[in-house]
Amino acid sequence: MSTRLSKGGRLIDRASAQEFSFNGKRLRGFKGDTLAAALLANDQVMVGRSFKYHRPRGIVASGAEEPNALVNLGKGGRFEPNQRTTTTELFDGASFTSQNHWPSLEFDIGVLNNYAARMLPGGFYYKTFMYPRAAWKHLFEPIVRQSAGLGQVPKDPDADRYEYVYAFTDILIVGGGIAGLQAALTAASSGARVMLIEQTPHWGGRAPVDGVSIDGKPAAEWIKIAVEALENMGNVTLRLRCMGAGVYDHGYVLADEKVADHTPGDGRPKHRLWRIRAARVVTTTGAIERPLSFAGNDIPGVMLAAAVRDYVVNYAVSPGDRTVVVTNNDDAYRTAIALVEVGLSVPLVIDARPTATGALPEKARAMGIRVETGRAIAKVKGSRRVTGVAICQQAGEGTVIEEISCDTVAMSGGWSPVVHLWSHCGGKLIWDAAQAHFRPDATRPPTGADGQGFVIAGGAANGALQAEATLFDAANAGKNAAQGLGRTAKSDLSTASAEAEQPMAPIWVMPQGASVQLRSKMWLDFQNDVKVSDVQLAAREGYTSVEHTKRYTTLGMATDQGKLSNINGLAVLADALNAEIPQVGTTTFRPPYTPVTLGALAGEARGEIFQPLRRTPIHEWHEANRVEWEPVGLWRRPYTFKRSGETTEQAVHREVVNTRTNVGLLDASTLGKLLVKGPDAGKFLDMLYTGVMSTLPVGKCRYGLMCNENGFLSDDGVVARISEDSWLCHTTSGGADRIHAWMEDWLQCEWWDWKVYTANLTEQYAQVAVVGPNARKVLEKLGGMDVSKETLPFMQWADGILGGFPVRVYRISFSGELSYEIAVPAGLGRAFWDACIAAGAEFGMMPYGTEALHIMRAEKGFIMIGDETDGTIIPQDLGLGWAISKKKADFLGKRGQERVHMTDPERWKLVGLETLDGSVIPDGAIAVAPGVNANGQRNTEGRVTSTYYSPTLKRGIAMGLVRRGPERMGETVEFPKIGGGSVTARIVDAVFFDKDGEKANV
Amino acid sequence: MSEAISALGGARFEGYVTVEEVGPVGMITLRGALGSPTLAKAVESVMGVEVPASRRIETAGTKSVAWMSPDELLLVLPYAEVTATQAALTAALGKDHALAVDVSDARAVFRIKGDKAREVLAKLCPVDLSPAVFHAGEVRRTRAAQVAAALWLSGGDEFTLVCFRSVAGYVMGLLRASAAPGGEVGLF
Amino acid sequence: MLTLECPYCGVKAEETELSPGYEAHLKRFGAGSSDDDYEAYMFARKNPKGVHFERWRHVYGCGKWFLAARDTATLEVFGTYPAQSKAPPEDLIARIKAKRPEWEGYK
Repeated sequence: MSTRLSKGGRLIDRASAQEFSFNGKRLRGFKGDTLAAALLANDQVMVGRSFKYHRPRGIVASGAEEPNALVNLGKGGRFEPNQRTTTTELFDGASFTSQNHWPSLEFDIGVLNNYAARMLPGGFYYKTFMYPRAAWKHLFEPIVRQSAGLGQVPKDPDADRYEYVYAFTDILIVGGGIAGLQAALTAASSGARVMLIEQTPHWGGRAPVDGVSIDGKPAAEWIKIAVEALENMGNVTLRLRCMGAGVYDHGYVLADEKVADHTPGDGRPKHRLWRIRAARVVTTTGAIERPLSFAGNDIPGVMLAAAVRDYVVNYAVSPGDRTVVVTNNDDAYRTAIALVEVGLSVPLVIDARPTATGALPEKARAMGIRVETGRAIAKVKGSRRVTGVAICQQAGEGTVIEEISCDTVAMSGGWSPVVHLWSHCGGKLIWDAAQAHFRPDATRPPTGADGQGFVIAGGAANGALQAEATLFDAANAGKNAAQGLGRTAKSDLSTASAEAEQPMAPIWVMPQGASVQLRSKMWLDFQNDVKVSDVQLAAREGYTSVEHTKRYTTLGMATDQGKLSNINGLAVLADALNAEIPQVGTTTFRPPYTPVTLGALAGEARGEIFQPLRRTPIHEWHEANRVEWEPVGLWRRPYTFKRSGETTEQAVHREVVNTRTNVGLLDASTLGKLLVKGPDAGKFLDMLYTGVMSTLPVGKCRYGLMCNENGFLSDDGVVARISEDSWLCHTTSGGADRIHAWMEDWLQCEWWDWKVYTANLTEQYAQVAVVGPNARKVLEKLGGMDVSKETLPFMQWADGILGGFPVRVYRISFSGELSYEIAVPAGLGRAFWDACIAAGAEFGMMPYGTEALHIMRAEKGFIMIGDETDGTIIPQDLGLGWAISKKKADFLGKRGQERVHMTDPERWKLVGLETLDGSVIPDGAIAVAPGVNANGQRNTEGRVTSTYYSPTLKRGIAMGLVRRGPERMGETVEFPKIGGGSVTARIVDAVFFDKDGEKANV
Repeated sequence: MSEAISALGGARFEGYVTVEEVGPVGMITLRGALGSPTLAKAVESVMGVEVPASRRIETAGTKSVAWMSPDELLLVLPYAEVTATQAALTAALGKDHALAVDVSDARAVFRIKGDKAREVLAKLCPVDLSPAVFHAGEVRRTRAAQVAAALWLSGGDEFTLVCFRSVAGYVMGLLRASAAPGGEVGLF
Repeated sequence: MLTLECPYCGVKAEETELSPGYEAHLKRFGAGSSDDDYEAYMFARKNPKGVHFERWRHVYGCGKWFLAARDTATLEVFGTYPAQSKAPPEDLIARIKAKRPEWEGYK
């Protein structure tokens, strides 16, 4: 059984007991434990089920590479699936459950898959579910959906908050083991700004566990001194619990700081996403131990050798009473030694190498540990827990020599550098045959904005696995990083020492000649259930590319992203293809290194500040007056103001009728207002608009259209000539920023010798439209300026005072009514609105929203950008030829409109549509024509662009684009409806109401 | 006539730094040839400071002039003085091709004060705000999360941040979130 | 995520402070131009793997458009210069040629 030892544990605080629950069981751990350590201390070796076969799964590792021990953690708004127990810190009150089983961890129905394993080989997903077709919907898909995914999806909104922080540094060092500390010390000695981040809560990595000494001191002491030295440097930033997630172009690095995972609900942000820009990145990310491939290597109790000693030394947790160590290298002997040192039993070290005569094997032997070389594990015995191992010759086919009972197997297949961050941005790898791993090729680093390499690997991450080499290499990395920035680092360097190690031997399958029965029990990917036999099958079926094999077998596609399985899988594939490993290559390393929660990626952007909400100066009045909002870009505009008892539709119709009968008030503040000034402003606007603006007299207004260079209509609005050299251009609400940018683009990049300045004054003014037969009376009641027909006729503007407010009044109309649009400084906008409401009371004034505005403009046949236009419509399609100058030699879009297709008489053109039965044509309806097209679909001849019920005319009205529309006045077209039937409409003039414009001309 | 009000009416938030939306602030956008002697004289006559160098802000008393772009300055002054200043400026610019326009009401102004003000802004703006790099006298136009902003050090540990009026509520929300107690980074 | 130095204000802006404007040094052909010229102006883009000239706007900054020369494959930036340039500066071209001898020039 696994249990807590009575002494030791360098990372735990025995004085601080922590209660937690696992699958409802109340258990105890200590402060400093990981969840995995606490589980093992409570004899919970089996912690989950595998993905495909639902085989029992135990804790394998002690860090980020753990493939199995994932849990559902927390409750309610703090529930998170797939939390890795080996990296999650224990906290008092933690509550978590195991995943991927039903009804329980111990009795899981899904394990039936295990007995059908022969029918679920590699590529199973691509070979099944094909026939009969109907079975997919009714049988296969429900099964797949039921079994897909590991943890549960959180149901409640996340109770925590997250944030970003932007950081800038000369040198970022990722990984705070002894290599990272050394690299930081060296780099910082150059005076460069240095940032050092470490994913765990502890500095120093595994050196203290491995018995390393540095400068004659135990590693732990040196680490303490090094950290203190770094903390005292003004140019160094240190961050624990901060995982370097990804390296991106131009030295951009994302790091995920787990601020409050271990102190949930303490008010701090749960995570902080660091968005770091570094001139140089040093990766001292260490190495990951590889499993060995032998039959039954997935049974709970089989663990990585280094993880076993991590649990013993760091947490005083014994993974088992009797541990068999199986290895192809010297390092694993440290585990045997550590276990015996704390009084646990190691019946045997199985070393696959022919001999083992290094310092560590000799030390083990001297301690009385039995060592057998040239041997292998033929098979692990047990189902939910290891009960023993059968031993054979490594060179043979698996004939059992002897069986040994044990409850734990500590395996080591050698070490692979963590090259992820090196590789994210294009760093290349070389195959190190002696250590049987890929490591960074320093001659082919990822390059940055200056074309220079910007990532430098150091220490074990660079293949320098043994302590002395690790420190030396890391110091070099720090020095090179500083040098690359033109700085000089001091070269005083610490010296590490540890027992010398003899070469490892690459062992990819154990035993070498294992039968297919054994190979189909050798797991490569523990979580996704990919075995040696699956990869070999894929190779036989023609999957020669490693990327294809990965996807076909799902090797390395589990949540650990192949941290354990990658190299072993490659080696098996290479062997099956009779190729060398470097020729087979690796799959692509993509960020993030370990999963980053979506909350961290979203940062502060949620709830109220998910995205900017633009408010007009009158926003709060609307909110207090039963507004229904309509989003327009990032603005909120009132759609309608409901009175009690009204439906939305009734409210809109009331607003239309009241505006046509009495007077309405509209918040038009969102309209774009662009000031264009200069000696060449007229010439510029003549290029920008399809019409002529240079001839507009001061004091007058003119409607204008803007097109892009394809000739397509992009925006419209009224232009007012303010002075001899300045014009104010109104744009659509959504178009203000875009059109301002469009103006600046042409002025800066094409006509930079033209003397024109622009300013976006959209937000400087609140704009209020007073609209309707009583509009003039309201303004006269406010008083202060002459707004008579004679002084201020239609399409003119004037500055003045109204009700004591400094205003600019435009007599323009988008409704066909007598209408004044009044601009006041935004800071006075609300007060002016209130004054209008007060002044208008006796004249029946009511505010109205965008829907009433839309209906009124449709009644008048006025187009709306985005309704009548969709980026493929030229003004000529809309009957707006009158607004296009025939005289001008050029304007933006003119050439585009000259194209043959644009002058084709067959184009769909704008007309009014009047239903024969008075009903409203459905939004987006398509007019059908006789016959079918080449695909057998009904031919079409038009579509509706705006369709409303007109409360003024008491019938449905619409505008639409119809083939040769204006030539077909009086003809009918047919619009099929969704759900059957159709509506017939007559083609009519688009102006439905007050055709002669008498209402505005008063 | 009513008094002009700022977007948030002087809203305040006490977090681990103090955030305050300051009431109406006078602002004039001046576009023109910044190297022009006429423009330099005009600016000096109405603002009492020289035309600032690229990315700099010059301050004299209650008035500041900030460099916005190679042909644009932002004049910051008491709200009540805008109309007169704009008229004087326009007169002083004479026939120079220039544009001087009141943008006071189009903006919202925040002060962020406290010894950790730098890191509160560093959560929102992709700018190196470390004391070794970002000094008093520098103006930085950038973004605060998803909206445009300009910021400068207006006192020892006080930043001024300017954004568009319509998004003042959003920016206040950002600053509240960034300055919420418990979010201390300890970066600078 | 790229960083580009704005040649107007000197800010080393990150990509989120910029907006892209596609290929630089296009010649505009307006009303009355030939179909071929118009097509070249509107639609024919080089899209090279390697040295490329682009328009960028320092939109969350000084608001100015500028031009940048960079390698689309390695993302190396050779330089940035004002939008008011009919052609890339001579010294920039020399610098690119020194680094990419096989480069055929910007035309």
